[in-house]
Amino acid sequence: MRLGARTRRFGMGALVATLVVLAAAACGGDDEGELGGNLILATTTSVNDSGLLEDLVPLFEDETGVNVQLIAIGTGAALRMAEEGNADVLLVHAPDAERALVEAGDLQDRRLVAYNDFLLVGPADDPAGVAGERDVETALTAIAAAESRFLSRGDDSGTHKKELALWAAAGIEPGGGWYLESGQGMGASLTVADQREAYILTDRGAFLALRGTLELVAISEGDPALLNFYSVALVNPAKGRINAHAAAAWAVFLLRADVQNAIGAFRREEFGRSLFIPAAGQSEDAIATVIAAEAGNSATSDSTANDEE
Amino acid sequence: MDFIWDGIKEAARLWARGDAEIIEITLRTIAISAVATALALGIGVPAGAFLAMRHFRGRRLVVAAVNTGMGMPPVVVGLLVALVLWRSGPLGALDLIYTPTAIVAAQFLIAVPLVVGFSMASIQAIDPRLLDQIRSLGANRIQLLWLVAREARLGLLAALMAGFGAAISEVGAAMMVGGNIAGETRVLTTATVLETSRGNFEVALALGIMLLVMAYVVNLVFTGVQQQRRAV
Repeated sequence: MRLGARTRRFGMGALVATLVVLAAAACGGDDEGELGGNLILATTTSVNDSGLLEDLVPLFEDETGVNVQLIAIGTGAALRMAEEGNADVLLVHAPDAERALVEAGDLQDRRLVAYNDFLLVGPADDPAGVAGERDVETALTAIAAAESRFLSRGDDSGTHKKELALWAAAGIEPGGGWYLESGQGMGASLTVADQREAYILTDRGAFLALRGTLELVAISEGDPALLNFYSVALVNPAKGRINAHAAAAWAVFLLRADVQNAIGAFRREEFGRSLFIPAAGQSEDAIATVIAAEAGNSATSDSTANDEE
Repeated sequence: MDFIWDGIKEAARLWARGDAEIIEITLRTIAISAVATALALGIGVPAGAFLAMRHFRGRRLVVAAVNTGMGMPPVVVGLLVALVLWRSGPLGALDLIYTPTAIVAAQFLIAVPLVVGFSMASIQAIDPRLLDQIRSLGANRIQLLWLVAREARLGLLAALMAGFGAAISEVGAAMMVGGNIAGETRVLTTATVLETSRGNFEVALALGIMLLVMAYVVNLVFTGVQQQRRAV
């Protein structure tokens, strides 16, 4: 980029305007322009810690010649990057927050890629006596009543947002000496919870991946409210300098049948189940309904159900 | 204890096997920190010499700023560099965020106050009468600086080691401005964080040990140079 030194003098406004024009010119037609360049993919620590993208990204790079810059941060930070135009495409898991950004015009073309579920894990001696409680609200209520130690991510990640939504649904405002916040990623937080013998909400992928190093056990699982939906969403190219072409290609890639199969097969042999269940073309509602029926749970989920598109 | 022992064995195994990824990360780590340290020396030693040998209005303010910079939290440096280099930042058009260059920039800013501070202190410690003598023998400015550098070499090598040590051991800024991208900006420190968060504690420990060994070898070489010359 030779633009640098000279353009700066004209001020940010002129610079941005120039770049918007250039970007618009560069991706004038939908499928015109070379596919390539750098693609900033902002994703969650939970996906990254699982290692899934280390399998998928090289495939995509070989096919397209795009250089993927994979940035693993919390979903909150990833959404913020999208708002500022600092990323090209997101793979995140906070449906409500994502929908808000689609409404605001920061994100486009949000599509469900895969799902798994969260589960509540905790120390084997289960101080709150809630092991096996399928209804997660009941389990959380008991933990709060017993003031058993609970570790929150506290980092505005997708998992943290989910945890806060579950507390809200249970009508509890967590706080006090029993409620700790780690402010770290999923893997690091699980380790902290393990060492401090605390309950913690985790995505299943991270828990399975770290199970060998942890003494924590599953406490509450299977509630449809615990479903965890991962979506891909494109950053609005109007933000300027967005590699919209490569971003769209990445979304198409993730939803392609063979890649969806690869997502489902990822580490399945190792764990005896899929870490990520492919969900291209499905809706969150439909999946929640099926899970609720499978669980023999007549109550439909209210925290995950939401109008899709 | 088993755990720590496993880590040490894993480190030895990774080295012995010549694990391509680890070697690549190690080489990248050295390259990035070497460039950052070289730049810090290029700017920092002359700046330190200037501060040591010239007296000007506001010098005290500058020296206080340098001393503050020596204790600057790297993560703050990382945040500032990220804000500038993000696409939404003033230098966004340069496309430098999440590149090795961005890490070099952050490490340079972390190392440069250390280099300035150490070189200033070592040059100030030179007997002023020696400087007068050199001048009176008719040395030009370049010759004077060269002789000063020779005289202060112990301190300047300390500046080099402090700068390199700060650059290579830093993690927060490298994570923020580099993004820990596999094959591009993953360095030993950020790889250690990643492996820890993935629960691969043995690999994390192995990476940490490699970082230590590498820092030790580099310092051993410089210390050798430093002490050997002294003996002559």
